[in-house]
Amino acid sequence: MPSLETAPFDPRFPNTNQTRYCYSSYLDFYRCQKVKGESYKPCQYFKKVYNSVCPNSWVEKWNDQREDGTFPAKI
Amino acid sequence: MMTWKTLMSPDSASPLMEQLTFLHDHALMILLMITVLVGYLMASLFFNKFNYRYLLEGQTIEMIWTILPAVILIFIALPSLRLLYLLDEVNNPLVTVKTIGHQWYWSYEYTDFANIEFDSYMIPSNEMEDYHFRLLDVDNRIAVPYNSQIRMIVTAADVLHSWTIPTLGVKIDATPGRLNQISFLLNRTGIFFGQCSEICGANHSFMPIVMESISPECFISWIYNMSEI
Repeated sequence: MPSLETAPFDPRFPNTNQTRYCYSSYLDFYRCQKVKGESYKPCQYFKKVYNSVCPNSWVEKWNDQREDGTFPAKI
Repeated sequence: MMTWKTLMSPDSASPLMEQLTFLHDHALMILLMITVLVGYLMASLFFNKFNYRYLLEGQTIEMIWTILPAVILIFIALPSLRLLYLLDEVNNPLVTVKTIGHQWYWSYEYTDFANIEFDSYMIPSNEMEDYHFRLLDVDNRIAVPYNSQIRMIVTAADVLHSWTIPTLGVKIDATPGRLNQISFLLNRTGIFFGQCSEICGANHSFMPIVMESISPECFISWIYNMSEI
């Protein structure tokens, strides 16, 4: 039985608009992976957050953009 | 739920909605008392035969009916401000549910543990069963555990929509390219309905929202069942 847990409240994003919470977590995960390596477990926190908060279509689109090299931000 | 003859607020399913209902009842009671008072004064003034040609001033009564409205407004403002700040309280959610508005259906995603996504279409009137509510029932309902803080992230895929459930006191616009967060807690089990609240094209009236509030154990087994589909 999994315990119910989700992305916690982040005081950097206290208001209704959570777009930046999703986008920042996505960027932070891949930057964390690039700097610390793929097997560094604490990076998975960002992955948990962006999976909970970002719509799947947005994540798939960004994954495709990263593979194509057209992702707009620097990782 | 709202029917065509619902004149008063529907029963609330969330503590915040309950507080909103209480504030509304309190303010409306004050308004009704003022209306009855003014109506009575006007009626009695209209139908009396009093005459006094030398009326110049009445300092005491002028003081009273200047200070009294300020006092009444304080009685309305204090609970209102208390509730305003209560609605903005920060809380730690247990479950995050994402909803994306499309033309003309809602899709829901539960991605905290398993990748569950499904679409929720209205049941057309010609495919209705006897137990369905016309234009309100959907094929797949959102399930949530009760007595748990739920975080709802609302967005849209094409045009503006608005996600609402009146008994929870929740209404939030679904804007493409933006994630709007709203948080609530259900304090009873049951099925709660809402309808899209931002004009979004031909079938704007035909994309309802249905939420089913269940026990946490039932919710976990629902998650297991959905993730196998």
